[in-house]
Amino acid sequence: MDYFLNEEQMMIKELCHRIAEEKVRPVTAELDEKDEFSWDVIKAIAQADLFAIFIPQEYGGTLSLAPKQKIGGVLDVCIATEEIARACGGIAVSYAASVLGSFPILIQGTEEQKKKYLPDLASGKKLAAFGLTEPEAGSDVSAIKTSATKDGDYYILNGTKHFITNGGEAEIYTIIAMTDKNKGPRGVSAFIVEKGTPGFAFGKKENKMGIRASATRELIFTDCKIPKENLLGKEGMGFIVTMRTFDMSRPGVAAQALGLAQGALDITLQYAKQRHQFGRSISSFQGIQWMLADMATQIEAARALIYATARMIDSGITNVAKESAMTKLFASDTAMRVTTDCVQIFGGYGYMKDYPAEKYMRDAKITQIYEGTNQIQRNIIALQMIKEMANK
Amino acid sequence: MNIIVCIKQVPETTKVKINPETNTLIREGVKSIINPFDMYAIEEAIRLKERFGGKVTVITMGPPQAESALREAISMGADEAVLICDRAFAGSDTWATSFTLASAIKKIGDYNLIICGKQASDGDTAQVGPGISVHLDIPQVTYVKKIEEITDKKARVERMTEEGYEVIEAPLPLLISVVKEINEPRIPSLRGMMKAKKAEIKSLGAKDIAVDSEQVGLKGSPTQVVKIFTPVPRKGGQILQGDTADVVNKLADLLKPEISA
Repeated sequence: MDYFLNEEQMMIKELCHRIAEEKVRPVTAELDEKDEFSWDVIKAIAQADLFAIFIPQEYGGTLSLAPKQKIGGVLDVCIATEEIARACGGIAVSYAASVLGSFPILIQGTEEQKKKYLPDLASGKKLAAFGLTEPEAGSDVSAIKTSATKDGDYYILNGTKHFITNGGEAEIYTIIAMTDKNKGPRGVSAFIVEKGTPGFAFGKKENKMGIRASATRELIFTDCKIPKENLLGKEGMGFIVTMRTFDMSRPGVAAQALGLAQGALDITLQYAKQRHQFGRSISSFQGIQWMLADMATQIEAARALIYATARMIDSGITNVAKESAMTKLFASDTAMRVTTDCVQIFGGYGYMKDYPAEKYMRDAKITQIYEGTNQIQRNIIALQMIKEMANK
Repeated sequence: MNIIVCIKQVPETTKVKINPETNTLIREGVKSIINPFDMYAIEEAIRLKERFGGKVTVITMGPPQAESALREAISMGADEAVLICDRAFAGSDTWATSFTLASAIKKIGDYNLIICGKQASDGDTAQVGPGISVHLDIPQVTYVKKIEEITDKKARVERMTEEGYEVIEAPLPLLISVVKEINEPRIPSLRGMMKAKKAEIKSLGAKDIAVDSEQVGLKGSPTQVVKIFTPVPRKGGQILQGDTADVVNKLADLLKPEISA
């Protein structure tokens, strides 16, 4: 299907395709097996300017934005993430997580904060990460226990974040912490914390089912003192910043799921043509053909939804909670179905680690869980529908 | 350090077929790319520029469509590009090509180093690089796998041989041809691709580089192509077995008709 990408988007697609095939695919099985994060690949992505495509030109990026618009280049990020995920879901999420960690600064950062942090993120010299999830606070943001207590010109952070993508590898963290627990969600604030700040340590690296080329760690704050200038927006705005960040970033996770699904379909189609049973190619059997047709149709529908939503955001529309949730929900469910069918068509070979099929399936599962479980996505969609009806 | 890189646009596949009737390459449907060995030359030039400053100028002799190869070199980081293009250059052999390129380089001037790929993947002659250095009367080192040291005055390089490598010191200006062991060519950047799209590609014709039409193209080419053909695959050999005296006799019997023929 032709999505009428502009010239720059075509270039991004071509560049990411080359990176995926030349730099990522040759190492993806090894990184998965060794549970290893690859700075070599991240540097290749950085050198190609791909961390610059969502950052405005005045802060070292390549993006030109309309006045007052804060977020753009989302379709560009989706195209890049999709292409990389075709070869490796783990590397794709390391890229997308840095975008996610940068969004709160773009949305709520002051001029000083933007000038200080964005240029190194645009060049890819530094990675960003977003720290929200805690052992006892996942879907329920108001349950977070990490606290930030004002102390003169500083805030003192205490608590533990876990399951943080790019944890330990990133230099710049946007952390959501409670500044006033009596206010519930309205007592939550967002902060920028730099790696190396005394009192900020990393816990264990998680041993994950999939996306093993990405680093997931605990962030541990013990009387971690940060300057008050590192507060993003005002106290109490953390929940709003988080929701707005996710509205903008979910198409990126959806694009990761889409890339995994497309990558799985690519190898499935190839395998189905080569594999012979009963004296002919299994692609000649209607049962296989129908599976392939369903896989391709679902993928194209996911892509159309993601690209359309990303274009809404890039045109400056900020009220996209519903559409954004739909992209994540639909694309990740598609990725799970498609990658499961990929393993099924590969048969016994699909179950073996010598073939790339099973990794797609392991990588896909997380896309239904993180950046809001798909159950939470349905809550968001339904809530928006009810709100829209009430406003009519 | 100002560097000139000579590149060639070639058909992508190494499996190009020859039309058996005309004995020419079938180019239809085959994508054109930068000669793979020239990619290492471009990369090395950009790395030197990143270390020492200066300018990288990429040149190619070819038809107007060779401009896309020059734009690709700019997307990797080259600063300027010159297309050497004229109907008078058509049909050049390696002598006329190296003469034309050398004349263009004289016209461009102001260079410390010229880098070429070791050979082109289509012609495989490895003659044009060395030819340029002879026409310019500057030293050459072929098959360079590493530049150990380089200043404005001289370079110390490792030259690959079949058994190992030689370390050679040569004064600048110098021409080197490089092998794939020298580096890993980079993937271009988005900014590079945008720059390449807008870049102005200069074009030089026969008049611009002050060459006589008798010296270039088919007329300036002493090489006579007598015949082009697809070689017949070699038949498999045979292994003679038995005691030495028997085997020698058998071998002699087999060789006799070959020699008398």
